[in-house]
Parts: sequence; structure tokens; C-alpha cells
Amino acid sequence: MLKSGDIIAPDQDRACGLHCIKISDITVRFGNEKIIDNINLHIHCGKITALIGRNGAGKSTLIKAILGEHRHDGSIEFTNLRNNTVEELTIGYVPQNLNIEKNTPMSVFDLFAGYISPSPIFIRKNPKVYKMLKEQLSIFDAQDLIDKRACDLSGGELQRVLLSIAITPLPKLLLLDEPISGIDQRGMELFYENIGKLKANYDLAMIIVSHDFDFVSKYADHVILMDKTILKEGDPKEVLSCDEFRRVFGWEEGHGE
Amino acid sequence: MNLEESLAGKKGMENNMDTIYSLMEKVLPFSWVDYNFMKNALLAILIITPLFGILGTMIVNNKMAFFSDALGHSALTGIAIGTLFGISGSNISMLAFAIVFALLLNVINRKNTVSTDTVISVFSSLSMSIGLVILSRGGNFSKYSGLLVGDILSITVKEIGYLAIIFTGTMAFWFFGFNKLLGAGVNTTLARSKRINTNLMEDIFSVLIAIIVMSSIKWVGILIINALLILPAAASRNISTNMREYHLFSVLIALFSGITGLIASYYLETATGPTIVIIASVIFFITFFLRTGKK
Repeated sequence: MLKSGDIIAPDQDRACGLHCIKISDITVRFGNEKIIDNINLHIHCGKITALIGRNGAGKSTLIKAILGEHRHDGSIEFTNLRNNTVEELTIGYVPQNLNIEKNTPMSVFDLFAGYISPSPIFIRKNPKVYKMLKEQLSIFDAQDLIDKRACDLSGGELQRVLLSIAITPLPKLLLLDEPISGIDQRGMELFYENIGKLKANYDLAMIIVSHDFDFVSKYADHVILMDKTILKEGDPKEVLSCDEFRRVFGWEEGHGE
Repeated sequence: MNLEESLAGKKGMENNMDTIYSLMEKVLPFSWVDYNFMKNALLAILIITPLFGILGTMIVNNKMAFFSDALGHSALTGIAIGTLFGISGSNISMLAFAIVFALLLNVINRKNTVSTDTVISVFSSLSMSIGLVILSRGGNFSKYSGLLVGDILSITVKEIGYLAIIFTGTMAFWFFGFNKLLGAGVNTTLARSKRINTNLMEDIFSVLIAIIVMSSIKWVGILIINALLILPAAASRNISTNMREYHLFSVLIALFSGITGLIASYYLETATGPTIVIIASVIFFITFFLRTGKK
């Protein structure tokens, strides 16, 4: 069920609520097996949509399908409701972790600039890019990490860097794979605070794969419980107390995967 | 191009080479510089080793050491196929096979059904065995045994020219593609969200490795080519904190090992390739202890 009347976000300075992402009939097959089946989503800017479900329910697959990494049926459409035009959807992505081995000589600058700048990073540290990245990192209080090696960062530090990378340049849709390991309680709280900050200050929609129901009930505007297909959706209260939720998570006392 | 022009071109190249030769003789006051084959070998090393140093950084980063090793071994199959079809000069068949082999490995790898190491291992052993079976027919494999160790002293001016072209091409790719290649290696999905065509970057990189391995395998040898690709980068990792240092030290270590290895092999009368590898290994251990000592 979609909530009606959420067109105008309260913080209308930033998130105008007039950008609408319509994800229709997404189905992903690996061979003959359907990994996710007929997913429909309707997302507005300024809203956080939490994606929950047990391991292997296809949450990450859906994220990767939206990013175009998995071939899928169905369509993704981005409409500006102000003038009813279809625009190109830009997507930011925050992965769970990175494939960086210990002792890799790659600074945070290298990691960041590699993704967003054409200036070859093996030749020089382009001062213009360096300054810009430092500013972007400072949004999440990570500017002092810029010359550290990426492999030496703590889980929480890396997450802040990844958030900065994901919103440079600012996308219309931000997809987040919530970290499940390597971050302590304090780090997780900071992570959620930062997401709240993004929601309050920027004009973007967010989909977050979450395993933390405290977070979901506190921050999410819309919750989707999925297992291959959508079992239940609605506001957090509604979904976290429904029968389907209890059936999926019941044996784990409602916590974690 | 008519005959006259091509002859003139050839003349021009010889003149160029004479200039380079006489320059080298002036700059380098050593007795070995008197030999043209030593001058050629030195020129070749000045091109090959930086190339290996640069390429090695990403091979080590993306954990592709096994992949480049398998490519080296596939040279035997390429040569064998060449002899089967009677292609004169095994270079073309070797190169073609290696490129197909590299792209095929990428395709299978992306299916994500079997572990990469297993796939590479199976294909590598199969292709090497096919090569060995064909080449050893009639018991004359010894004809090809030189390939195992390589011989840089036999390189010709024309072949140095080819290496220089490959060097230029690689540098161009590195200049425009390195950032993307790095991003694709760190996290494919993140790279795709930044509109990086990860498969294309990986394929170009793999083909580049194939071309470079195949074009230098005669001079460096199947058994040690991978060591030369991996060692400078591996040593450089021990003492670098960012991509600029990583590249710089890798190239310097590769060059230093190459030049000192060539000179040492001249005086010690040993095979050049393995001598270079020993020097690079010693440097690896020195940097390794520098790193552990620092902690």
C-alpha cells in the first residue's frame, strides 16, 4: 500500500517530493529460477524506503537490478511531477564492503577520485579534485581521512567515505546496502544519523537494505518486506507488526538475519 | 608504399638506430656496450620492465597473478596450434590464442558458478598439455625448450620497435582507463553506479596482459614471466601508501632489477631472465623487512 498525500515533504526547501521513481514488474531470473518476482515500487524524493527480509530473499538482487547489473524484466521510470517529464535517473550506491586487501597502497583520495574523476590518479594528486573531495568528505566529517590508506580505515570510517562517494555527484536515488559486520554500536548510530542528515538536507530518494528493525521503525517512511516478491508494505508500524513479518522473522525473536 | 620508399624508411630506421647506439656508447663507459646485442637487450629492458612494473600494480591489486601465469603457459598452445596449421612465425597464433583464452576466462568467470582459481587452473593445465602434446610429437620438444627461459640477447631492432608500440598503447590505456579499472576492481556494483563499463575495462585489461605477455615471452621465458610481472608491484606495495608511490616504486624496482640483472648476467654468463628475477626477489624481501620493521 502506498501512502497517499506524501507528495509534499515537510522539508520542502530541499526535498521537493516532486520526483517520483516508478519501478514496475521487476523480475530477475538466474537460468530458469526466478530470484525476484514481479516487484513494484513507487518512491518519492525525500523518503526513506527500507527493504527487509531474510537472507536470500533477493534484497541485494533487487538493488543490483535497479543499478542495471542484473538483467531484468520490467521498467524503471523517473518522473518529475512538477512538469510531468520523464528524466534520466541517476543512482548512487553504498556497498556493504569493498574488495580491498590488507596492505593495498590506495588512499581514500585514490579510491574516491578513481570513481568520479577522469584525471589519472597514478600520475598526480590533482589539487582541484583533492579540494573538492575534501569538501564532499566533510559532509560526513571524514575530511581527515583523505590521505589515509583505505584498507586501514575502521568499518565506520569506511562507511562515511562510501556515503561521500555515493552522493558525489548528488544522485536522484540512493541505494544503500546496510553494513552488517565490522561496525560497532556507536558507528551504526552515526551511520543512521548521517542517513537522517541526508534525508533532511538533500533532494533524493533512498532505498536501504536494512537488518536493524530499531532503525527501520525510527527512520523509515516506508517499509517493504520481501521474499522473492513483496509480502507486505506500508509504514513501519504496520509492517513490523504484521503476520507475514512474524512468520519470516518469528523464530529469531524479531531481530537480525 | 613502393620499394624505394620502404627502402628509404629502412635506411632511416638504421640511421636512427646508429644514433641511439653511438649515444649509448658515449654515455655508458662499459666494455659490454661494444656489442650490439647488448645494446638491443638494454633497450628492450628499458621498455619491458617499466611496462611490467605498471601492469603488475593492477594484476596484484585485482588478484590476477594466477590469471597472468595461466596466460604465460598458454603460449605453448598458441605455438603448437601455429605449427599444426603451418602458420609461418608462431607469433600471430600465439597472440590470437592468448587473447581468445583471456576473454574466454573472463566470460566463464562472470558466470560465477565455479571459483575463479579452479576455472583458471583447469584451463591452464588443459591448454598447456595440449601444447606440450602437439609440440612433443616425434620427440622434438627440445626445439622449443628455449621458450621456457627466454633469451633477451637475441632480440632484434624490429622487435624492439613492436615493444615500443605496445608500450605507447598501454600508456594511453592507463592514462584514460586506469581510474575506471581501479574502481571496477574495488567494487563492481559501485563502479556500475558511476557508469563505468566494468566488463569492458576488465576485457581490455586482460587483452592487454595477453598482448604484453605474448610479445615478451620469447625474451623473458614462460617459466619466469609471471615473476617479473608480480615482483616489482609486490615489492612496491610494501613501501607505498598511495597509487602514485605504488606506480613509481614499482617502475623503479622493475627498471633497476632489469638493468642490473642484464649486466650481472653478462659478467656471470648466466641466463638474463632468471638473473633479473633473483634481483627483484631480493628487493622484495628487503622491502618486506622494511615494512615489518616499521611496525
